[in-house]
Amino acid sequence: MIEIKNLNKAFGDRKVVNDVSFVFETGKTNLVIGESGSGKTTILKMMVGLHVPDSGDVEYDGRSFTHSSEKEKQEVRKEIGMLFQGGALFDSLTIEQNVAFPLDMFTEMSSEEKTERVNFCLQKVNLEGRNKLYPAELSGGMKKRAALARAIANNPKYLFCDEPNSGLDPKTSLVIDALIKDVTLEFGMTTVVITHDMNSVMEIGQNILFLYKGNMWWQGNNKEILTTDNQEILDFVYASEFLKQLKPRK
Amino acid sequence: MKLFYHTGKYFLLLKRVFGKPEKISVYYKQILHEIDSLGIGSLGLIAIISVFMGGVITIQSAYNFTSPFIPLYAVGLGTRESIVLEFSPTIISLILAGKVGSNIASEIGTMRISEQIDALEIMGINSAGYLILPKIAAAMFINPFLIVISMFLGVLGGYVMGVATGACTSYEYIFGIQSFFVPFNIYYSLTKTIVFAFIITSVAGYQGYYTSGGALEVGKASTRSVVYNSILILIMNLVITQIMLVG
Repeated sequence: MIEIKNLNKAFGDRKVVNDVSFVFETGKTNLVIGESGSGKTTILKMMVGLHVPDSGDVEYDGRSFTHSSEKEKQEVRKEIGMLFQGGALFDSLTIEQNVAFPLDMFTEMSSEEKTERVNFCLQKVNLEGRNKLYPAELSGGMKKRAALARAIANNPKYLFCDEPNSGLDPKTSLVIDALIKDVTLEFGMTTVVITHDMNSVMEIGQNILFLYKGNMWWQGNNKEILTTDNQEILDFVYASEFLKQLKPRK
Repeated sequence: MKLFYHTGKYFLLLKRVFGKPEKISVYYKQILHEIDSLGIGSLGLIAIISVFMGGVITIQSAYNFTSPFIPLYAVGLGTRESIVLEFSPTIISLILAGKVGSNIASEIGTMRISEQIDALEIMGINSAGYLILPKIAAAMFINPFLIVISMFLGVLGGYVMGVATGACTSYEYIFGIQSFFVPFNIYYSLTKTIVFAFIITSVAGYQGYYTSGGALEVGKASTRSVVYNSILILIMNLVITQIMLVG
């Protein structure tokens, strides 16, 4: 479980995150949604320590992260897997080496054990047989899947996904969503997904935090979001004329 | 004030660079990789430049030694001294500042803007140490070898061109390069090389590591790396020369 408590962040005079608190539950896909500029990525970066909050705290299973020493943060980070928006695979390494990277760094596995684990992770994301390819040789969807394989390689307790479907077609997006949901359930992780993709919300939105202009505006799940009366959420969910026509009537 | 800001930031980065490595074996592999990439990969360029520059120094020396009171073996002696004292350690380091420095700055800068450095940090890895330390260690180890090779090829190029153009005879040149040899000059030269190797890799690493923005900024970081490296090499050249040869 990850808990954020009263997080605040401003860049200069611009307040980006305003007193946001939320509990991200273990074994569930927890989504942070909202319009562009609503503070989603800033919250994610504060949760993993890439940004320092102006005030508030992030707790990983009761362990304070924000106010811990750099050494303690490093220990928590070893339990984190992250899927970046662009994949962030290491260009100079093959897919196999990318997935093996956290294992090389933090485990004493033999090379056979590492190969076995890498193949298991690549098979999990349907990339078996692509071990020797370089990131530049992969499509956008394959890069995301390879990055997901790397994120889960070291059995993380916490998985973060920043806009996992951006730049992908709807069909590939569904594959990525299904993979995220599967690995969360299978490995009992606490998964946090930052997205503004409504397909993802409906597919994997088990616990949703809706942000509006940096404020915590609503929380619920993918069923409740369709029936809420909150105008900002309705504007977000039914953004297009086409979707407005599909809106269920009470 | 910007100078103080960047100097402070540079030393803070160095503190992180020399932090305890997560896993020695991984760093060791990286150092071997960088020796190949930064050192062996530059050998061809250094060889070509050294041979030609050695030849040119010999011809120019012979051209200028017109007095009958200057023996022709002075051509070999002058060529050796020019190459050992200044050309190989300083000019080759300036060339490496362009080739290796811009390569490091653009590589690390691209990793920064494509979130690869963030990925390292989130994995719990000291990204500054992992990316920059192996490059510094590799360059400080391999550059002295490159410079010794450059010295040898420069003197050899001088011999070939001197004899081929009739600037001096083979005997005179060989007698010249063996005359008045001061072993300390090699020590001085390699000391400069090691200091320059540290400057090239750490300054380029700094420029790349703190890149923000996009492709344009990566290009600017690469250019800044070459400019600052060149200036620092020239300044340190003066300082080391004053300390070791005069002071």
